[in-house]
Amino acid sequence: MSKQSRRELFKGYAFISPWILGFLFFTIYPILSSLYYSFTRYDIMRPPRWVGLENYVVLLTEDDIFARVMGNTLYFVVLGVPAGIAVAYLLATLLNKKMRLRPVFRTIFFLPTLVPVAASAEVWRWVLNSNWGVINAWIKAMGYPIIPFLSSTALAKPSLILIHCWGQGTAMIIFLAALQDVPQSLLDASVVDGATKSQQFWHITIPMTTPAILFVTITQLIGMFQYFAMGWLLTEGGPNYSTEFISMYLYRNAFRFFKMGYASALAWILFIAIVSFTLLAFRSSDRWVYYGGN
Amino acid sequence: MALSHVQQAGAARRSKQRTERRAVVGRVLLYTLVGSLSLVFAMPLLWMISTSLKTDPQVYTAPPIWLPNPIRWANYPEALFTKKPFLLYTWNTIRIAIPSVIGAVVSCSLVAYGFARIRFPGRDALFFICVATMMVPFQVRMISLYIIFRNLDWLDSFKPLVVPHFFAGAYFVFMLRQFFMTIPQELSEAARIDGCKELGIYWWVILPLAKPALAVVGLFTFRNVWNNFVGPLIYINHERLFPISLALRGFYAQYSEEHLWQYMMAASAATTAPMILIFFLTQRAFVEGISVTGIKG
Repeated sequence: MSKQSRRELFKGYAFISPWILGFLFFTIYPILSSLYYSFTRYDIMRPPRWVGLENYVVLLTEDDIFARVMGNTLYFVVLGVPAGIAVAYLLATLLNKKMRLRPVFRTIFFLPTLVPVAASAEVWRWVLNSNWGVINAWIKAMGYPIIPFLSSTALAKPSLILIHCWGQGTAMIIFLAALQDVPQSLLDASVVDGATKSQQFWHITIPMTTPAILFVTITQLIGMFQYFAMGWLLTEGGPNYSTEFISMYLYRNAFRFFKMGYASALAWILFIAIVSFTLLAFRSSDRWVYYGGN
Repeated sequence: MALSHVQQAGAARRSKQRTERRAVVGRVLLYTLVGSLSLVFAMPLLWMISTSLKTDPQVYTAPPIWLPNPIRWANYPEALFTKKPFLLYTWNTIRIAIPSVIGAVVSCSLVAYGFARIRFPGRDALFFICVATMMVPFQVRMISLYIIFRNLDWLDSFKPLVVPHFFAGAYFVFMLRQFFMTIPQELSEAARIDGCKELGIYWWVILPLAKPALAVVGLFTFRNVWNNFVGPLIYINHERLFPISLALRGFYAQYSEEHLWQYMMAASAATTAPMILIFFLTQRAFVEGISVTGIKG
């Protein structure tokens, strides 16, 4: 290797050394050791005890709660991700039109992402409470039966999805930027060809923004599988485990029951689930994503 | 049958009026839709502020009251300062946030510079790995990280929350790398001819040009630290070290026992307000930061 390129090599690695160190200590080592723990029984007090595949077998065959947990998580991902994306895209489309006070509206829709999760959980607890919540107090006053948002097993998950849609400010901004990148020349040309607004939307706007849609889909998929804070604060998995998601069950097993090995196995099952869904999304993307390449 | 000029003009004018009317109706619909949606989105926060200013009897009415009368500003100092040390919690959050922001900006810019401005073997493969790590869920590392920090005796301190920021998180490295790559090589070359070493180019040429992007890294890190819940939940047990995100739960536990919802809402509003203020002052940076990664990512 020439002296020049050796110098470049040294410089390059020197500059990225913080990342390399972090990668080794905070990423690779924890990943590998959690894989190891998943094959053990480990309660922190005593050293880990190797049990082979026992954790995985129990999780997948005997643990009824885990079956519910997995079902809840999949329900949440499959319904919640599209719902959130649809809301974000709708808002972005609306905000893309010229109107007065547009910055004000944009701020209002983005505000939920700035509120600490504990604060918004408390507020939503108040708004959705079955007896004296804002919505139900009003419904009761009008003489209708209350809606048990968070206290019924049927409505708890949809209520959480509702709150998730409320917090779609970031995705909305991403879509706004993508919408503004749609070439006006294409839209103008389509008008000449006689396209209606609806045709413009479905055949130009949406296809031209599919890269952003893919990005948001994948990042939201990854995030939704790890959903924890809002659900934990509002329902702590209830009622009756109807809102217990994988991350919460994991937390419970690790920090309440001190079953670190079991929790690690849970984490790896979660990892596999995320990778599978992400790969699916990427594979399918060849069919519906259009990279215009400006 | 040909229309006369007058008839044609009349038809044209009526068609124009129809289009204008349609446009007006469209506008009205748009504003109605956007207006009502913003009310729905703002409702929880409006409720938070409204309740925080209520006197006791007005809190639990049915149907609920939106405009408290009288407005009780005293709720705020009472909620924040009398029962729990709110200032201490805020100070804790700041003690975590400031080093984190410095760590993130410095380490991410250094690493992004390496990935963007220096050619070396293995660069692209390593960058791909860097980006791929974003897909690993936190839960996979969570337990091991807890055990690592426990063995280092770092639990119940701010170290587990601050130190990782000094090791260049993938999200910001990615973003800054994209940005640094847009700076023309000629600028680096010119500095090199003038005798600048690589670190000098980084400091004197690239960084000043990247101020907006660096501001985004700082702001986003600040927001993430301010709102981070799971990290403090796992690593910190002593109440005197709670940052705001964790301390809020302490507030709620105490006030809900005494049925003091107005205090809970006042505490919530007080912990949200600083973040909203910062957002207002730096709106453009927030929006640009999100858009740049979103559409080019």
